[in-house]
Amino acid sequence: MSEANDTNDTNETTATTANSAITPNSAASATTATSRRTVLGWGGAGLALGAAAAGGAVALARTGDTTAPVADSGSAVPFHGPHQAGIATAVQDRLHFAAFDVKTKDRAELVQLLKDWTRAAERMTAGHEVGEGAYGGLPEAPPDDTGEALGLKPSRLTLTIGFGPSLFDGRFGLKDRRPGALVELPKFPGDNLDPARSGGDLCVQACADDPQVAVHAIRNLARIGFGKVAVRWSQLGFGKTSSTTPEAQTPRNMMGFKDGTRNIAGTDTAALDKHVWAAGKDGSAWMAGGSYLVARRIRMNIETWDRTSLQEQEDIFGRDKREGAPVGKAKEHDEPFLKAMKPEAHVRLAHPDSNNGATILRRGYSFTDGTDGLGRLDAGLFFLAYQRDVRTGFIPVQTSLARADVLNEYIQHVGSAVFAVPPGVRDTDDWWGRALFA
Amino acid sequence: MRAVRLSVATAAATAAALTAVTGCAEKSDAKGGDGAVQVVAKDDSCEVSKKEFPAGHVKLAVENRGTKVTEVYILYPDDRIVTERENIGPGTKATITAEVKAGAYEIACKPGMKGDGIRQKVTVTGGAAAAERSPEMDAAVAAYRQYVQAQADQTLPKVKVFTDAVRAGDIEAAKKAYADSRIGWERTEPVAESFGDIDPKVDVREDGLEEGQDPAKDWTGWHRLEKALWQDKKIGDAEKKLADTLDKDLADWVKRVGKADITPTSMANGAKELLDEVATGKVTGEEERYSHTDLVDFKANVEGAQKSFELLKPVASKNDPKLVAELDKQFAALNTLLDKYRTDKTGYVFTSYDKVGKEQRKELSDGVNALAEPLSKLAAAVVK
Repeated sequence: MSEANDTNDTNETTATTANSAITPNSAASATTATSRRTVLGWGGAGLALGAAAAGGAVALARTGDTTAPVADSGSAVPFHGPHQAGIATAVQDRLHFAAFDVKTKDRAELVQLLKDWTRAAERMTAGHEVGEGAYGGLPEAPPDDTGEALGLKPSRLTLTIGFGPSLFDGRFGLKDRRPGALVELPKFPGDNLDPARSGGDLCVQACADDPQVAVHAIRNLARIGFGKVAVRWSQLGFGKTSSTTPEAQTPRNMMGFKDGTRNIAGTDTAALDKHVWAAGKDGSAWMAGGSYLVARRIRMNIETWDRTSLQEQEDIFGRDKREGAPVGKAKEHDEPFLKAMKPEAHVRLAHPDSNNGATILRRGYSFTDGTDGLGRLDAGLFFLAYQRDVRTGFIPVQTSLARADVLNEYIQHVGSAVFAVPPGVRDTDDWWGRALFA
Repeated sequence: MRAVRLSVATAAATAAALTAVTGCAEKSDAKGGDGAVQVVAKDDSCEVSKKEFPAGHVKLAVENRGTKVTEVYILYPDDRIVTERENIGPGTKATITAEVKAGAYEIACKPGMKGDGIRQKVTVTGGAAAAERSPEMDAAVAAYRQYVQAQADQTLPKVKVFTDAVRAGDIEAAKKAYADSRIGWERTEPVAESFGDIDPKVDVREDGLEEGQDPAKDWTGWHRLEKALWQDKKIGDAEKKLADTLDKDLADWVKRVGKADITPTSMANGAKELLDEVATGKVTGEEERYSHTDLVDFKANVEGAQKSFELLKPVASKNDPKLVAELDKQFAALNTLLDKYRTDKTGYVFTSYDKVGKEQRKELSDGVNALAEPLSKLAAAVVK
């Protein structure tokens, strides 16, 4: 599933950042590169129980938001914009992805949670602590923020929310608002899906250059959500396996192959508009500017792969291992000649030309969750793909791959979920999913 | 289990701090102006008449004999401000007052109102003033103290039913009486744990023993007997002796429980700790790994937490009505969920926990999180 976009774009640009598709349009997003150590020094005046202060007669020291920024400029990704950050954004190094079940049956409570999450996400992506911070509050009460990201840079944290098909089951009056493009995936041959690693009413994708920052974000959102939502499953990822910045070094997957060559560039607005961003005319007005996410946990049979000859490995992919060049070509970015590859080579089957032009934006990550009890590395690819319509994106590509890809001998899909990813939060009055619940 | 003992101690310490804060009103006239600490501020010195004075209401009589406007501070060792007075002009006098707990402080004069100032180390000695009591909080604490004592008193005869069965060698009768004998303990566990020595004697699990301790000799209490009844399926002389020991240790608990240090915050945090007990020990099935009576403990923990909450409600409702409404809702939801596992709503016969499936355990865990997270904010709502 890794080479689906091999030649999707003919006009790769050389812009330097992938974020220009996202327009900051609020004052809040301007304060981006701020240290996390920016909350009250030791609590609000009315809460100063630890101080020997009586009757409010005593002045309190506040350090305020005055700490000098420690982050480099650009290390906070603007949260607000027409599209959610974390899709076209240059892919960060680390991932913590979580799927949630909604436990409340009360629509208003769900809406309030989405508002609370949005405000927390605004703060965390800017490098601030949640709520009143991690220290300095009432000594008797647990702090609002869990604190493990204190002193760390914003680390280009992005938080991206999605709504699963099960959210539209009628509990919240959303039945007739389910987009046509949000379909359940068919059963693909070879799937061995674990329900405990699949589905979910909501998802949040946290990407950051520092794993602690990504984990902190999900942990704090989960905490805010207790009682309203519960974590259904989550996945940590490292080693991005695809890139939305074509000028950067193409990363390698756990099989040692370069992956994500000529993915849709985050700066290629024409390709993004054509293949990634949903439009109002697609059928669901509330999804205009949004996208559809497919998440698949793909386990790799690492040990058997490692015992496979180099020639066979290269034949399976249809690329060479050293340079990543397609068969018969010299450079990674050379146009692949599909007919030179074995008929069931991965790249050939995944290529848009083999799938009526089906094109998706990938931003998957490698994962390693220790070993599996048989001593085998529990590792693989946590595949994440964004597209304008799942029916014309992931499904045709995976259908041809699942049927014939020789790589299937070495991989197995063990978790699966799809989500409608709504458009961006426009400003500090807007919130995740407002158009859906309007 | 033992994990929560420290946090009860913390709650007690915090309550002491609270006492210091609220104690100011009564003490303010006790010393009149006699005890004032004279501070003579000059452009290059800051003379303090006393380097040591008693805690409580402290008065600084400041005289600026310098040529610059100055300001005077009492500072904590980490430079947080206890109290301060700015804009004391040359040749003028000013009085600064504050309620100060025992400890080390610094007095600083800042000629020109700039920089770190000229510092003098001072020591504040002795205890803090007596607390100004809140009748509502006193009532809550008194009622909870009664509850804790009643739970302990009622537990002894139930334990005796259990231990008598053990002494009689009647495995079935002992099994039947086991879970019931623990309910009062589980309802009030954080208080029992505050004594430190009783809990390891009566409620420790085998894996709670330290390296070098011998389960055959050093392991006492309910869970040791649980293992004998459900796993070893035999009662020997050792078990009969352990039954005597359990009676004795719990009698000690009943005697001492009335003297426990209970404060509104320790009640609130104790409620949260009961839910923590559920989240870490009961939901996983670790607590009652042989008898699988975890849901009985679970229910008792929730009841004990709810008792604290109900008693604190009058105070908490004023400070944070939204939180109280949320807690009402989540207690009800968790109790409803628990009721699914018992046949008789008035009794304590619950489904054996080994029959509770993975998905059901997840549901229970989600329910505990839904209650425990807002419950962790109850202490703040009480002292706000």
